[in-house]
Amino acid sequence: MTTEGGVQYSKIAEIKGPLVIVDDVENAAFDELVEIETKDGERRLGKVLEVGNGKAIVQVFEGTSGLSISGTKAKFVGKVMEMPVSKEVLGRVFDGLGRPKDGLPDPIADKFIDINGEPMNPEQREYPKDFIQTGVSVIDGMITLVRGQKLPIFSGSGMSHNLLAAQIARQASVVGTSDDFAVVFAAIGVQYSEAEYFRRSLEESGALKRSVLFLNTADDPAIERIITPRVALTVAEYLAFELGMHVLVILTDMTNYAEALREISAAREEVPGRKGYPGYLYTDLSTIYERAGKLNGRKGSVTQVPILSMPSDDITHPIPDLTGYITEGQVVLGRDLFRQGIYPPINILMSLSRLMKDGIGEGSTRADHSEVSNQVYDAYSRAQEVRALAGIVGKAGLTEIDLKYMNVGDVFEKEFLSQATDENRTIEETLNVLWKIVSKLPKNEITKIKDKFIDQYYQEE
Amino acid sequence: MAAQGRIVWVSGPAVKADGMSDAKMYETVTVGSSKLVGEVIRLTGDVAFIQVYESTSGLKPGEPVIGTGNPLSVLLGPGIIGQLYDGIQRPLRELSKASGSFIGRGITTTPVDMIKKYHFVPKVGNGDVVHPGFIIGTVQETDLIEHSIMVPPDHPGGVISSIVSEGDYDLETVLASAEKDGQNTPIKMYHRWPVRKPRPYHKRYDPTVPLLTGQRVIDTFFPIAKGGTGSIPGAFGTGKTVTLHQIAKWADSQVVVYIGCGERGNEMTEVLVEFPHLKDPRSGKPLMDRTVLVANTSNMPVAAREASIYTGVTIAEYYRDMGKDVVLVADSTSRWAEALREMSGRLEEMPAEEGYPSYLASRLAEFYERAGRVKASGSPDRDGSVTLIGAVSPSGGDFTEPVTTHTMRFIKTFWALDAKLAYSRHYPSINWMNSYSGYLADIAKWWGENISEEWLSLRSEAYGLLQREDTLKEIVRLLGPEALPDEEKLILEVARMVKIGLLQQNSFDDVDTYCSPEKQYKLMKLLVDFYRRGQQALKEGTPLADIRNISVVSLILKARMDVKDNEMAKLDQLDVQMQEEFKTITGVKVSN
Repeated sequence: MTTEGGVQYSKIAEIKGPLVIVDDVENAAFDELVEIETKDGERRLGKVLEVGNGKAIVQVFEGTSGLSISGTKAKFVGKVMEMPVSKEVLGRVFDGLGRPKDGLPDPIADKFIDINGEPMNPEQREYPKDFIQTGVSVIDGMITLVRGQKLPIFSGSGMSHNLLAAQIARQASVVGTSDDFAVVFAAIGVQYSEAEYFRRSLEESGALKRSVLFLNTADDPAIERIITPRVALTVAEYLAFELGMHVLVILTDMTNYAEALREISAAREEVPGRKGYPGYLYTDLSTIYERAGKLNGRKGSVTQVPILSMPSDDITHPIPDLTGYITEGQVVLGRDLFRQGIYPPINILMSLSRLMKDGIGEGSTRADHSEVSNQVYDAYSRAQEVRALAGIVGKAGLTEIDLKYMNVGDVFEKEFLSQATDENRTIEETLNVLWKIVSKLPKNEITKIKDKFIDQYYQEE
Repeated sequence: MAAQGRIVWVSGPAVKADGMSDAKMYETVTVGSSKLVGEVIRLTGDVAFIQVYESTSGLKPGEPVIGTGNPLSVLLGPGIIGQLYDGIQRPLRELSKASGSFIGRGITTTPVDMIKKYHFVPKVGNGDVVHPGFIIGTVQETDLIEHSIMVPPDHPGGVISSIVSEGDYDLETVLASAEKDGQNTPIKMYHRWPVRKPRPYHKRYDPTVPLLTGQRVIDTFFPIAKGGTGSIPGAFGTGKTVTLHQIAKWADSQVVVYIGCGERGNEMTEVLVEFPHLKDPRSGKPLMDRTVLVANTSNMPVAAREASIYTGVTIAEYYRDMGKDVVLVADSTSRWAEALREMSGRLEEMPAEEGYPSYLASRLAEFYERAGRVKASGSPDRDGSVTLIGAVSPSGGDFTEPVTTHTMRFIKTFWALDAKLAYSRHYPSINWMNSYSGYLADIAKWWGENISEEWLSLRSEAYGLLQREDTLKEIVRLLGPEALPDEEKLILEVARMVKIGLLQQNSFDDVDTYCSPEKQYKLMKLLVDFYRRGQQALKEGTPLADIRNISVVSLILKARMDVKDNEMAKLDQLDVQMQEEFKTITGVKVSN
């Protein structure tokens, strides 16, 4: 260890993938922030993954490319990584580590917050139940989003998840309120054009001044992606729970995050779980996704819409699989629907909103909402079976009632699912189309709706 | 002499400390200057390997580690019911008083309110001989729970030398003393018990009484017995949590222990918000008055997740010892297994399948063996039970992964959740072809004596129809529905009715959420009778379309939602209507 100008520096002993092993360490703490300085004065940041016996294993966020053992020094900062926050972060653009990227100076900090956050006490959570109208029929009617929910979009390469997420960000509102809201957008290893699409979309709708952007694009250091969602959520929690805003957080693409995690795990020679991802992937992802919610006695909320691309459209891949076990539902995009040119190409049968039941019904949407949407789920699933059967035995082999279900499937996709990217439908419009679909069935097929609603809403031909 | 060591290495929840030669295996220790709670899980020379139950962020080599001399234990006494605990029995309500909305570290609290007074009614007198397990008196813990104060299992017993009179006392008061060999040992309202050690009992029985959950597909088709074991595996979105919540709400047990092990925070909040407003269908009291929650959500420290299962089961055994039926629901044992895997990885143990440690199977077996219906130790005679139900979250919904396959070896009821059923909104999505119950024969007697002699044969007939449908569907898939003769089309039709009218159950519908055994039986009988009459009508030449279109069909299908538990006469009415309509359609045929 050497001392220069009162600051103590340690030597680098080994560089291995994204990790450096620092020798001669005294007084370093687990999780502590580390500054690495190269011979020519370049500074990089890292954090301690393991410390003991005079050594520390440090993960370098900007990557180790270009680092050399001789002349590189490490300084232990004495605190964990923190994000400076204040109201002034609104309208700003930061890089993946939370440093300004828009050419403006650092925002004046109101406080510094540990980016890892602390787990919310379940006893202090407020159960989310405020219906968010996104104006997208299939979401509002069948996969309802509520304030404080975490509802990911499972997509595949090339599909229209960005259009959908941007539409939600533009249109989301809670009917009958004018609460302060904000959008926090974190790009995690996505292409520059995708990040730019979001920025422009927010700008055009006038939402940019209420947004905070964190950009780690595909050409930025991969290990930085471990930090990007955490700084974004730290800012979101501050806006929500300190300033009382309703914050929508969009994280795209979580697959890139998980890959960065795998890279570190491999470099540490840990025993891998499935497909080489570390055994703690579930726990690690939960420390991101669980940072959504509402708290007793505080005004704001954090709603998360993470986007992830399923490798080879495989929903059983560890990343979507573990995500689905943590999040409160999922919106799954279907390749078939996308190929047919349907927007949004949402496969409702695989999609689900776990908090829907509490966000809908009398007083928020309409008393018949739950039953009519259940009936349409059932009918659409029958329609899919009939379509499969028709593929084998032909339409001639179908019964009359089968043909009715087939028609329901077509009407559902054309009139309910399909929607323009700038079309903002009210919940009443959405429910009316649902009833139109149900009314294509004879009344004795309607087994999930109470008679009083059938009498009220069923549209006789 | 408590061990006093020094941290030498930190990596996530794993810490090594030296100078720990006095430490014992599974001893709890305080770690670091912020006094985090940890447990010794390996000893090598004077180096102890410690799993820490709180976040280790900021912990440094050189900080102190101090042994407590005690294994990880829970406090057992009145005040547990209605609590929300973390994995090591710290009440989350108290934690929030100390650290606000987010969970802080190094906070010490007592698991129950030690100064609250309970009204104690003594049941023994001076000179009585007591042994461990003897009930010396009772206190009313909640409206629903009469809490027996027992001589602790590790108490030597003896002759009661002093006992307080009836009155209000707090937990620290010495209620009684028992003398043995000249030694007086006090008995208080509470004692501590190590979580990893099963509590003793007198004798074990075979489970023969069904645990009624009010869920038709469970009670009627795949029942579980009081004191039995069950597992509910399913991919995400198949409704595991909803099904477990339903069991916790409606099971006919006196105490429910719900463990949220590595799951969502909002799910625990939901229980906290909902249960105080829900009424127990038998007593009419709020469900929270019989419920204990143990929550270690997915983002809380991983080592405490491992402990949460043991904390929960020890509490369950304690209430069992009072002679109560207890249901323990653990959601999800997969996350517990992952916690084992994570610690095992940090210990650099040789991994078995998918990185899980080789002792995964034996740990699961030990856990499920703590279920059972028993005669408790001591006097008066009393029987209690612990029913264990564990969710499994198989990765990718693949039931061949290690946690599912090992669990299947140690449980007797298997409720296999099916993503395809869930996608078509058939809830609960318990697949009737892959699920099984090993208790059917044991509990059939109960149904025979309490509901109907016919129960078992009707159940077999209804289940037989579902099995026939499964085979017939293969043919339909290849040849289309028109390829089947009418007798077989009728089976498809009735199977559809069984699925909609009996198997499906809407947990969010006020009426359908709970179904009494009698209603379950009557609904099943209506459906089987429909099949028998339909078969007969077909034989007599009635067209299938006429049978299908009789108006009672849609009434039967909606009866689960329309007919309340106190309106059984309406179901009998449906039976009468069905008979008449069948007469009409077969009659029309004759008059032609």
